[in-house]
Formats: sequence, C-alpha cells, structure tokens
Amino acid sequence: MKKASKYIYLTLMMIFLYAPILVLIIFSFNTTKSHSVMSGFSFKWYQQLFRDSAIMSSLMSTVIVAIISSIVSTVLGTFAALGINSMKKLPRSATLGVNNIPMINPEIVTGVSLMLLFVFFAARMNFKMGYATLIIAHITFDTPYVILNIMPKFRQMDKNLLDAAADLGCTPMQTFFKVTLPEILPGVLSGFLMAFTYSLDDFVVSYFVSGDTVQTLPIKIYSMTRRQVSPKINALSTLIFAVVVIVLIGKNIVEIKREKKLNKYKLHRRGEI
Amino acid sequence: MKKIAAAPYQLWMAIFVIVPLFIVAYFAFTTDSGAFTLENIIKTADYAPIFARSIGFAALATVICLIIAYPLAYIIANMSKNVQSTMIMIVMLPMWMNFLLRTYAWQTIIGNNGIINNLLSMVGIEPIKMLNTSGAVILGMVYDYIPFMILPLYTVMAKIDKSIMEAAGDLGCNGFQSILKVTIPLSMPGIISGITMVFVPAISTFIISKMLGGSSNLLIGDLIEMQFLGTSYNPNLGAGISFVLMVIILIVMAFINLIDKSDQEEKVII
Repeated sequence: MKKASKYIYLTLMMIFLYAPILVLIIFSFNTTKSHSVMSGFSFKWYQQLFRDSAIMSSLMSTVIVAIISSIVSTVLGTFAALGINSMKKLPRSATLGVNNIPMINPEIVTGVSLMLLFVFFAARMNFKMGYATLIIAHITFDTPYVILNIMPKFRQMDKNLLDAAADLGCTPMQTFFKVTLPEILPGVLSGFLMAFTYSLDDFVVSYFVSGDTVQTLPIKIYSMTRRQVSPKINALSTLIFAVVVIVLIGKNIVEIKREKKLNKYKLHRRGEI
Repeated sequence: MKKIAAAPYQLWMAIFVIVPLFIVAYFAFTTDSGAFTLENIIKTADYAPIFARSIGFAALATVICLIIAYPLAYIIANMSKNVQSTMIMIVMLPMWMNFLLRTYAWQTIIGNNGIINNLLSMVGIEPIKMLNTSGAVILGMVYDYIPFMILPLYTVMAKIDKSIMEAAGDLGCNGFQSILKVTIPLSMPGIISGITMVFVPAISTFIISKMLGGSSNLLIGDLIEMQFLGTSYNPNLGAGISFVLMVIILIVMAFINLIDKSDQEEKVII
C-alpha cells in the first residue's frame, strides 16, 4: 500500500474514533450547559461534580458492585478453570459450552432472563431488586471472561511440575497454592481486570436487574440522556478517561522496556552482542 | 479435590444462566395466567418490519465495520512490533469512555443545531438533517462496535507468517493479489469472530436506536425493552420476542460457522 494513502487512512480513522471523545472532553470545560456551542473555558463543572451527591453515590454503587462481583467471579472462575482442566472431553465441552452462553447471547436477553428469574423469586421470597441482584448478575457475566483468561495458562503449564510437587511431598492443597496458582496467576489477574472493567461499564444487564433503589453510573447517565446530560458527567468521564490513559501509557512503556531487555538477552544468548 | 473445584461454578451457571433461559422460554409459550399458547410467538409477526429493519441495519453495520476495519487491522499488523501494541492501545482507548456517552456525543455532533451543522452554517450551507435518521443509527452501530471488529482481525493478521506474503510475491502475486489470495483466507477466523461480535450487539441494541434514531427507527431491542420496563408492560410478549431474537441469532451463527472450520476453543479466545 502507498505510504501516503496509508497515513491518510490512519488519520481519518483516528478522527472517526476520537471525534466523540474530544467533543465530550471539550464540553466538560464549557461555561454553559450547551453540548454544541462553546461559550468559554471554565472548571466549574469539575467543582460542582464533587458536590453532586446523586452522581457521587451512583459512582460509589458502581465501584462497590464492580469490586465485589469481580472478586467473587475471579475466585469462582479460578476454581472452575482448575476443575474444567481436569475434566474428560464431554463434561469439559459441555461446561465450556454453557460458559459461552453469556458471552454469545445478546446482553438484552441476559438482562431480561435474569430479571424474570429475580421477579419470580422476589414475589415468593419477599425481597426487592437492588445490590444483591446487581452483583449476582454481574458475577454471572463476569465469570466466563475470567475462565477464558485462565484456561490458556493451564494449557501452557508443564504438567510435570505437578508430579514433581507431589513427589516432593506436597498435599494437593499445597500443590495448588505453591505450583498451580503462581503459574496461572497472570491469567487470573487479567481475568480479574477484565471482569472489573466489564462490571464498571455495564449498562444493559444492570438496567434490567437493578430495580428502582440502586442507580449505577451508566444507569444514571442513561436517565440523563433522555433530557440533557449534565456537563458534570462530561467532567467525571474526562477524569476517568485521563486515569485510564495514564495507566495504559505506563503499562505500555513497561511492556516495551521489558521486550527490549528480553530481545537484548536473546541476542546475548546467541552471542550476537 | 480437582473434581469438585468446578462444582460451585457449575451450580451458579445452572441457576443463573440455564434456568433463566428456560424461564424466558416458559414465558414465551404461556399467557399471563400460565396457560400454554403460541400467541406470543405468532404476535411477533406483527412486528415483522421492525425485525427486518434490525436485521438489515445490523447486517449493513457489520459489513461497513468489516470494510473499514480490515485495512486498518492490516496496516497495524504490518507495523513494527512496538508500534503495533501502541496502535492497538490507541484504537481500543475510546472504549474506555462510557458507551452511552459516546453515543450521546454523536447526538451533539450530528444534531440539527449540532457541531457539523454549526460549521456548515458558518460557510453558508443550509443545515442537513442527520440525527433521527436510519443513517444515524447505522453510524452509531458502526462507531460503537468497530473495536470488536478491529481486534480479532488484528490478532489473526499479526500471527500470519510474513514469509508467506513474500513467497506469494516471489511466485508473481502483486500486492493486491497476495492480499486477496493469502491474507484474506488466512484471516478468515478473525473475520468470522469479528462478524459475530459486531452483529449480535448491533441486532439487539436499544440504546443506539433510541438516542440516534428518534421514534421512527425502532429496533427489536426497543420492542423487548418496552415490554419489560417501558410503556407497554407485557413480559410474555417480551419473552416471545426475545425467544425469536435468539433463534434468529442462532440461525445466523450456524450459517456463519458453516464457513468457518477452525477449532471451537481457539475461536472464542480470539
């Protein structure tokens, strides 16, 4: 492909991908509530953001739900992956098949089906939809991603290590904590992070199972989009976005540095340096 | 110990994935008093235009995503390794902004008094109606779901052995031919998973149509939402529509999987 056309294409794609993001960020500094006319620069929405108790409490609910459900699904998923890994072919593919359902099924169907389940039980057991149902729903769609992140690590693991641990006198419990867990840990961590971010960002499923007592941030934003989104929300998203950018850039730099070291080491081993 | 490690998870999935799906099926085939009926399924035929619109919009958005994501993934996959990971990070970064807000931002960009029309009026062009059209809904779908197309395409293309491309060149393929005869067949698994990852959320969305399509572009998702949380509460009909939606998606996926023969377990990871 010609160089110039390549860069023109990349630029156009970047404009497309970032136009809405830029608009959101720019209008968080507006002096008025308008989302299309910039009338001046100010930080007033950032100041008002922290005094808005409704937004702050919905942010809190979102974080609480995301933390609890990602931790529970990480534990549930890690043990599940351990079990699935030692299953025979048929139960293994059946379990993984069910694991795929929440990922393949449209979110709205997941949300509606859980809502029907909760409504069914709520009527009989006298409880209301709220934190509990939100967390249950989030665990349900988080866990498959945890398992998906851990399974490849089991495949990469040297099976002889487990035998060696047993030979050296480890109980199955010790083997798990001293050998298996350290080996699969990168998968567990990336699974946890994925679960956490999915929880943080989920709207559709939460919308159906949250009842009317708890509002997560996406639900709060949705209720605003029907009238007008307050620039305070722009300010909050800009802050969240900035944190993510800093974290990701940091992670990228660390990875590139590590890669460079690794390459140097490889060249060294081959006697090329 | 290993044998029972997956038991809590299996129990969880049985209660919160399998049982709810059966409840959907139960509601879909009963009246509100619990008697068996096919009425909910038959009634979905009244909404045939909405189903057709959803399928059409989702299919069009998927095709557009594939067409514009493919060159991008190709360009990125042929950059140097360090640049590749940075580029993918840049492409995925917009996903970190809440997607309701990203969609809302389009509303302010293409609205009648929006940014584009403001710019047009500055150079003396009459405002164009873009918001609340079917084009706006498709734009929203393409924008919101294109990362799901780029990522699997890139993952597959980055793994393609560059020497195969060179071999194609040596054997007389020009650049275009080697893309057509080597890259595209080898990136088929990525194409397939990209198509499913865009089509499924696009056909079932209710937010994009609500925010960008106005009242004349209702989709299946809107219909379902209305039956459960909206103006016309009728969970039986809602379950019926959901049931039909699942069947449509299963048929589409079965059809797509006919083309794809790669290993099941591998595919999901992509």
